Amino acid sequence: MSAQFAVTFASVVAQLLNGLAGASSLFMVAAGLSLIFGVTRIVNFAHGSLYMLGLYGGYSLLEGLQTSLLSFGGFGRSPLGFWAAVVIAALLVGVAGVLIEVLVLRRIYRAPELFQLLATFAVVLVVKDIALAVWGAEDLVGPRAPGLSGTVDILGRHVPQYDLALIVIAPVVLLGLWLALARTRWGALVRAATQDREMVGALGVNEAWLFTGVFFVGAMLAGLGGALQLPREPAHLGLDLALIADAFVVTVVGGLGSVPGAFLAAILIGVVKAFCVALGTREWLGIEISFSRLTLVVEFLVMAAVLIARPYGLLGRPPAVQRAATEPAPPLSPPRWQVWAPALVLLALVPLALPGDRYLLVLLTDIIIFALFAVSLHVLMGPSGMVSFGHAAYFGIAAYAAALLLKRAAVPMEATLLMAPIVAGGLALLFGWFCVRLSGVYLAMLTLAFAQIAWSVIYQWGSLTGGSNGMIGVWPPSWLASKSAYYWLALALCALGIAFLWRVLFSPFGYALRAGRDSSLRVEAIGIDLRRQQWLAFALAGALAGLAGALFAFSKGSISPELSSIAQSTDALVMVLLGGVETLTGPVAGAAVFTWLKDELARRTEFWRALLGLVILALVLSFPQGIAGGARQLWDRLRQRGVAT
Amino acid sequence: MKRRTVLGLAAASAAGLALPARAQQGPIKIGELNSYKVFPAFLEPYKKGWELAMDEVNAAGGVLGRKIEIVSRDDSGTPGDAVRVAEELLSREQAAFLIGTFPSNVGLAVADFAKQRKTLFIAAEPLTDKIVWDQGNRYTFRLRASTYMQTAMLIPDAVKLKKKRWAIVYPNYEYGQSATAAFKKLLQARQPDVTFVIEQASPLGKIEAGAVAQAIADAKPEAIFSSLFGADLAKFVREGNQRQLFKGVEVFNLLAGEPEYLDPLKDEAPKGWYVTGYPWNEIKIPAHAKFLAAYQAKYKDYPRLGSIVGYSVVMSAVAAIKKAGALDQEKLVDAMAGLTHSTPFGDITYRALDHQSTMGAFVGQIGVKDGKGMMVNWRYVDGKDALPSDDDVRKMRPSN
Amino acid sequence: MTGTPVLDVRGLAKAFGGVRAVDEVDFSVGAGELLAMIGPNGAGKSTCFNMLNGQLRPDAGAVSLAGRSIAGLAPRRIWRLGVGRTFQITATFVSMTVRENVQMALLSYHRRLGSLLSRARDLYVAEADALLDRVAMRDQAERVCGVLAYGDLKRVELAVALANDPKLLLMDEPTAGMAPRERVQLMELAARLARERAIAVLFTEHDMDVVFAHADRVIVLDRGRLIAQGTPAEVRADPQVQAVYLGSGVMYGHGG
Repeated sequence: MSAQFAVTFASVVAQLLNGLAGASSLFMVAAGLSLIFGVTRIVNFAHGSLYMLGLYGGYSLLEGLQTSLLSFGGFGRSPLGFWAAVVIAALLVGVAGVLIEVLVLRRIYRAPELFQLLATFAVVLVVKDIALAVWGAEDLVGPRAPGLSGTVDILGRHVPQYDLALIVIAPVVLLGLWLALARTRWGALVRAATQDREMVGALGVNEAWLFTGVFFVGAMLAGLGGALQLPREPAHLGLDLALIADAFVVTVVGGLGSVPGAFLAAILIGVVKAFCVALGTREWLGIEISFSRLTLVVEFLVMAAVLIARPYGLLGRPPAVQRAATEPAPPLSPPRWQVWAPALVLLALVPLALPGDRYLLVLLTDIIIFALFAVSLHVLMGPSGMVSFGHAAYFGIAAYAAALLLKRAAVPMEATLLMAPIVAGGLALLFGWFCVRLSGVYLAMLTLAFAQIAWSVIYQWGSLTGGSNGMIGVWPPSWLASKSAYYWLALALCALGIAFLWRVLFSPFGYALRAGRDSSLRVEAIGIDLRRQQWLAFALAGALAGLAGALFAFSKGSISPELSSIAQSTDALVMVLLGGVETLTGPVAGAAVFTWLKDELARRTEFWRALLGLVILALVLSFPQGIAGGARQLWDRLRQRGVAT
Repeated sequence: MKRRTVLGLAAASAAGLALPARAQQGPIKIGELNSYKVFPAFLEPYKKGWELAMDEVNAAGGVLGRKIEIVSRDDSGTPGDAVRVAEELLSREQAAFLIGTFPSNVGLAVADFAKQRKTLFIAAEPLTDKIVWDQGNRYTFRLRASTYMQTAMLIPDAVKLKKKRWAIVYPNYEYGQSATAAFKKLLQARQPDVTFVIEQASPLGKIEAGAVAQAIADAKPEAIFSSLFGADLAKFVREGNQRQLFKGVEVFNLLAGEPEYLDPLKDEAPKGWYVTGYPWNEIKIPAHAKFLAAYQAKYKDYPRLGSIVGYSVVMSAVAAIKKAGALDQEKLVDAMAGLTHSTPFGDITYRALDHQSTMGAFVGQIGVKDGKGMMVNWRYVDGKDALPSDDDVRKMRPSN
Repeated sequence: MTGTPVLDVRGLAKAFGGVRAVDEVDFSVGAGELLAMIGPNGAGKSTCFNMLNGQLRPDAGAVSLAGRSIAGLAPRRIWRLGVGRTFQITATFVSMTVRENVQMALLSYHRRLGSLLSRARDLYVAEADALLDRVAMRDQAERVCGVLAYGDLKRVELAVALANDPKLLLMDEPTAGMAPRERVQLMELAARLARERAIAVLFTEHDMDVVFAHADRVIVLDRGRLIAQGTPAEVRADPQVQAVYLGSGVMYGHGG
């Protein structure tokens, strides 16, 4: 039992300053992200990597860098050297951003929405391995800021001078950005493009240069945010993912495309976090609440609350003109039986044909389960037009539901396979009720917030879930103990699940979803309650993701919280996008290729992560419609040629 | 239908017979899996450690007349991938058994998999107490001194200081939670009048170090127990120093003396902190001297604690094979129980009671010399002296 | 006009931040009648329209459909009561075929949207084709809307709007963006359908040729107020209307 102590005025002030200092870099990173999204509509997953490069770059500029390729002495520890390093690091990261835009993103602007996200995901993988190769695995603790390494006495508390500097720098950067946006021609174009992208094209502005410019500024801000953290944060390889989620939260809470919004949101979240730490453990009405543990998830709680109250963030505005930003979605055709029937038969025969290969069955079981998981996400992303960044919530919750029912309530495993999806569907019903009130990236981010909340509950509720260790001994009964028996079960259930979802898409229910995506105005005008349809779709997709999750749990024998983590959600997203969002078979192809590639590359090389990223980039650039979409195009072209001759 | 089954069975048995026969001639394969990409700071030296051990064993003629080959895989730090990779190592690579893993959830998952597959698994690094106690099983053994053991090693010094007001800060996951629980329990048992004035749980890798340091300072503790490591530790040290949190306050920090976490702090290494770790350049025992010389000769770099773990786990594996005299799983497991062999930290024994090895850790204080952090006043605490009583262990461990 | 009017509007009003966009407007439409709503830009036509179809809630006034009040209801409820709509910029389901677009409306009309397993494209095919016949789009039933010409899309919209057997059809600038020949065809089609099925039609229109050629009656809005109503000839002769349109040339430019 920890004793309580009073929060004094002095400590409130000190913690407020901590929060503001913490908000400073977060604001810069988020402002960059917001600018890039506003103009290009790209969800830049690699923004955290740019931040990380800012720290590493700043470190090397100060302390020097010795690699086989180049050797550099560093600016040394003078104030001038320090600030020069910060500025140069930011500019270099800006250049890195330009490279990403010119080499990768510029080639796929016309691809279906969110496809660029996949490319930036691949960039994250590549950058991380490059950083590992260049800077090594050990954390690099930078020097304190020369000239600002002391503290200032404020109400008896020692406040670092550098914290105060950061508190001043953030509004200066805000002001600079505001002037650039309000007073320059470039700023006017950026604002115009944020409001209505078509218009800029219509005005005869060179869109490519505008996009490149925005990428430079956005990346530079990320680099600046990173380099400025040098005296507070060691450069290490976990920075990219540690930051990217927070940066998105700030961007969305502030309102996409709004720089002042990002400023407000960064301060809000920085201060809330600091006060959670300051409050520590409190007892209210006999209930002990640990606010310090709440820091695990508090930014997502803030985001959920803000989005429920203000669907476009604090200072965001609903998109002024609802124009079709990309090409109209192509028609949806059911997969040909000539394709799936032989595939299914072949898959069913694998255990008989290759009876000795247990590992192949294990890998195929993974692929099959992920295929169902990806298809369930695709139902939302594709035909329903609702992107979920938090689909793993239902995957993970169902895995836990199945495990808990089996281990704690002694429910037979077969029954848990039915009950776990119901639990997941119920949760999706709850979360979905809020989510369908939003649209676009806001909707996606609310799904992420809910997923993180679900994750943190699993993570923190150790007595029930085993906490971060998870649960073990989640094995199927003896009749399913052999790999082939379980494989057949997974194949049967996942095939049924996928067939069910595909069938639903061509039912009146599924048609209404697609109709709602095509024209929400028209569905309302023909009496369709779109939100209700979308809400139920959410539950359905959640339940089927849950079936995948439960099957996954029993195939592994153990589960832990990462099943509902951001990484797991991202994997599903990557599978859908990689396979192609516009075809039904896309997610299946994506799940197969991604899982297989990861497994295969991880075994072959040390730098498999970079290689995986490069392979994804190659696929992205050669198949902007996804693998399945590309394959269909190729098939159509071949057939046409056949007809012509 | 029947014919197909018969055919299938025939093929299966043919494959089953053929593969081990082929494997007999080649080296003994040991399956190793770890989260290389997720925890590179610890695992790069670890990999060097097991490579060195493998070379030494093979140079000495191998074991049972065969060379050993370590087939290593990355498990991406997730139990799901780890279990798949483990299956691949066993069924495709025909690995004799498994070693490795770093995070506790992965370690536990592989342990449970090993139990299911009735295959030996030597968990090298996972610190969780549960892997040998609450969730222990016949097939799993663990090399490193656990969270409980390392915490217990710090208790005598903590009790000696007679501090009454303690603050606690830990990374918010199982390791930090267990360390905190063990520390509170053990300290209270020896010093009933102690109070814990504040407890700070920080998200792993995302500590709000300034706020945490401030909050702890405001609670006016006389001593702090921390289980932070890595970037969290570096941030906490810096912010705490700036806010003069550590002035007149004794600090105990698990793992902070390990080169992986101490060296990045350079001249800011916090002097006087009580830590567990590895003073690699001061250990004089012959086994370590020999290891150190070989390691430095091969890699032109000094070993980290990970190197010791990687090196020792291979030594354990080889000793087990030698003692069992065969690659039969039950014989291997029986051989592991009570197995004693030499490591750079001296002889260790895998206890038959709970499959925990008695590998200890170095306990001491942090000092700074030539702008670098180091351990001073250190002593080696044997693992067997940091474990609870056999009766307590029996109560925790399921009887299987 | 005999009996209860299909649409009856009394004292309809809406203000935005003190500006009276629609101010005490009264009018009614009878079965089989084509009523045109005209007025210069900013006269309040769109606001008025959006209050009738449920997208905006009126500040005051009564809107009744065949005697039943519909003011303030959601668009989809108003549709259920028998109001079909076409949009100024066509709103169709671009990833679906022409027939599927109509089927969608029929599925909604027959309340089949909760059905998860039946095949949507096999349902109400005959009814959909009958509607497509009526707008002369039957031969394009299998084509995807995403590739249709604009004039054809307008006709698809009309077929969709007829799917719930409406009493009232609201057409917002039905001929905007079309070639002159197509305009005449579309309005003739609308007029014929209205008379055959006794549908009341209210439409807004910029093209005075269309208005004077096809409307049975015309109402004129200016700055939110109803300034004139009557037959096309009466409205054309109204001095107040002439003043509003003076100089723009639209009243007489093309001749009637």
